[in-house]
Amino acid sequence: MRAITREREPVTEPIAPRAAIRRHLLDLDDWTPDELSTLLESAEEMCRVRLRREKLSVLSGQVLVNLFYENSTRTRVSFELAGRALGADITNVTASASSVAKGESLIDTGRTLQALGASVFVIRSGQSGAPDLLARHIGGHVLNAGDGWHAHPSQALLDLFTLTRHLGSVAGRRIVILGDILHSRVARSNIWALTAMGAEVVLCAPPTLLPPEAIALYTARLVPGTGACRHVTIETNVSRALAGADAVMALRLQKERQQAGLLPSLREYTRTYGLTVARMALARPGALVLHPGPMNEGVEIEPAVASGAQSVIEEQVENGVAVRMAALAMLAGAEAVA
Amino acid sequence: MRRTIGPREVVVLHGARVLDPSQRLALPEGGVAIRDGRVLAIGTRAQLEAALAGLDELETAPRWVSLPARYVLTPGFVDLHAHLREPGYEAKETIQTGARAAARGGFTTICCMPNTQPVLDSAATLALVAERARSAAARVLPIAAISKGESGKELSEMAELAQAGAVAFSDDGRPVASSRLMRLALAYAEPLGLPVVEHCQDEDLVGGGVMNEGPISTMLGLPGWPAAGEDVMLARDLALVRLTGAKYHAAHLSTAGAVALIRQAKAEGLPVTAEVTPHHLLLTDAWVAGERTGPLADALRELGLPVPPGDRYDTNTKVNPPLRTARDCQALIEGVEDGTIDAIATDHAPHTWVDKACEYGEAAFGISGLETALAGLLALVHTERLSLPALIAALTIRPARAWNLPMGSLAPGAQADLTIFDPREDWTVDPAGFASLGKNTPLAGVTLRGRVRETWLGGQSVYRADGDRDGESASADTDLSE
Repeated sequence: MRAITREREPVTEPIAPRAAIRRHLLDLDDWTPDELSTLLESAEEMCRVRLRREKLSVLSGQVLVNLFYENSTRTRVSFELAGRALGADITNVTASASSVAKGESLIDTGRTLQALGASVFVIRSGQSGAPDLLARHIGGHVLNAGDGWHAHPSQALLDLFTLTRHLGSVAGRRIVILGDILHSRVARSNIWALTAMGAEVVLCAPPTLLPPEAIALYTARLVPGTGACRHVTIETNVSRALAGADAVMALRLQKERQQAGLLPSLREYTRTYGLTVARMALARPGALVLHPGPMNEGVEIEPAVASGAQSVIEEQVENGVAVRMAALAMLAGAEAVA
Repeated sequence: MRRTIGPREVVVLHGARVLDPSQRLALPEGGVAIRDGRVLAIGTRAQLEAALAGLDELETAPRWVSLPARYVLTPGFVDLHAHLREPGYEAKETIQTGARAAARGGFTTICCMPNTQPVLDSAATLALVAERARSAAARVLPIAAISKGESGKELSEMAELAQAGAVAFSDDGRPVASSRLMRLALAYAEPLGLPVVEHCQDEDLVGGGVMNEGPISTMLGLPGWPAAGEDVMLARDLALVRLTGAKYHAAHLSTAGAVALIRQAKAEGLPVTAEVTPHHLLLTDAWVAGERTGPLADALRELGLPVPPGDRYDTNTKVNPPLRTARDCQALIEGVEDGTIDAIATDHAPHTWVDKACEYGEAAFGISGLETALAGLLALVHTERLSLPALIAALTIRPARAWNLPMGSLAPGAQADLTIFDPREDWTVDPAGFASLGKNTPLAGVTLRGRVRETWLGGQSVYRADGDRDGESASADTDLSE
């Protein structure tokens, strides 16, 4: 056998890990479990780097631009810290302070920034698909820091990282996503990542805040790489949803949803869907509580739950930097290595 | 440059397959004789010769132009729904460029929608369109607005507009939200004999939707609009047609539910007609995600033609009404086949690059459709999803009859508007080569089978494929068979 192998053309092994082929981080729908695992391992390594207060030079000489068309504190700062820790030069562009306010198109802005030397674009936009658009029109790397209702992949990766650290693995675990799923890019990216890793995801919300035909969507899209089915169910009754849950991810409820008539009142929402201590008792003992922030404490989550022993909300924020370092290194680091 | 056909000169286009559903005519090999812009005779070679022999006052010998036997000769196509953008949006399209695009697509008559700037809601604006359309490569028939400024408030001066040449009334793009105004429009238009054309959409239900509501809109995080948004409006309108007895035409059906409603209304005997666009017959909402599903993609794969994947959030797939599901496409195709849907209309909606080179939610709605319509639809014919006679009827006599237009037929005496296409020619859609200023097509890079070779308008060649001979008449002396 060995002799035969030797007679063949030598197979060139890629120097960078398989995932380094990926140029952009737009969404997680096409990520394989292998890629996700690789990223989680890399994020563990990045955690150790951070503990050692070490700086890497993976992105040295690269200019990372934070292009934010929507307000953000944690995601922007998190990407900024991650970029710095990898040796990149960072510049921040916010919509109100740039020519965006003068009506410059996203494509023009991207090309201008590229002409100024930017090679890594971290973009947040209220428009679903804005990162895809940018990725089609510029060289370099695009990382989606949240677009419309579409995707927030770095958030989902840090959620997966946090969950995996506590649960060992999310495979076979019951993870409830509770709240305004219709308008949530966090939920959408989480569903892809969690189901790819074998979790059973339960979507719980009033019917007016559920995305249309979600079950049809996720059943039709098998996990890339393995071809496994994705397990997603919908449960509009919060008690039934929480029963036996290993983790609950509460989502922010924006007041505009009530104004748009999707809810009779915030009061009724809190009464019916708020994550309370009493409801958490229905979940598995020690079940984790997550929230992507920013929270409306007292609306979608009771303060006692948010700051309770089961809450890993602060850890999520903390892990965000390491996970984003891993993502940046995976996408943009390969060139530096090569 | 263009070699025109002189007065009294007889030209006989001959040798192709001839299809004219208006006369239930289908000849494996035949032709048409033309004189003074009108059809002199149509039929087999023997029939044409006999017809010519019966003429005693021929000044010059008839010019016989032979066509390859694989070509198909049909009446010129009639498009009940196009946006020519002039006046007001000449960067998107002009009447001249739109008409050239029509000629390239085999359309000899195009009805233009009134959502221009200013809106076509006065005799003066209709006169302007007529003026700009003179010497255009297609007949341009204006559709006038239902309401002044398409504002949905007060009726336009419909009687004067009818006199000034309007062929129908529509506030296309701005559905008539008020049931009362729609009732009044139907009632007022009834004695004028012109149809009221509705863009069936309940704006309140549709809200901020930018694509079909379903799994794909959920995946892409784009606000969707449900098929019910169309069905609700159409059902309301049909109730108003029942009330007024007026002629009503439903524009660009996109849902299976709408097909069922029209079928039922016709069975009931209501004076209702309907159209569907090529893109709603051919494409699904998965195209918004860059995925190639639905009748066109399936058909092209069956034909062994490559179907390259597209881009996610390709704004060229953004259209109103939105691309729906394969199930809707199927119902629409059946509607064309059984005659429930009278016409295939392009809803040609050209836009500039800037209008489309942006985020999906920000992009303009519309597809530049005139130049790809036939080729796309022929994929359905090649794979036996739709019959050729039904397709040609829906492009010619059925739209003409729906609106009482004297077109869509090559019966002797009719205007010699005709289309000649090669059903087997493969070509790859390259919007840069479009005559239309609107390069916005989701079919860019897709290889289609079937191409318009020549278009004749009033007995003159207005388009001939192959750029180097473009504009020249089909005389092609070397082609003279005898």
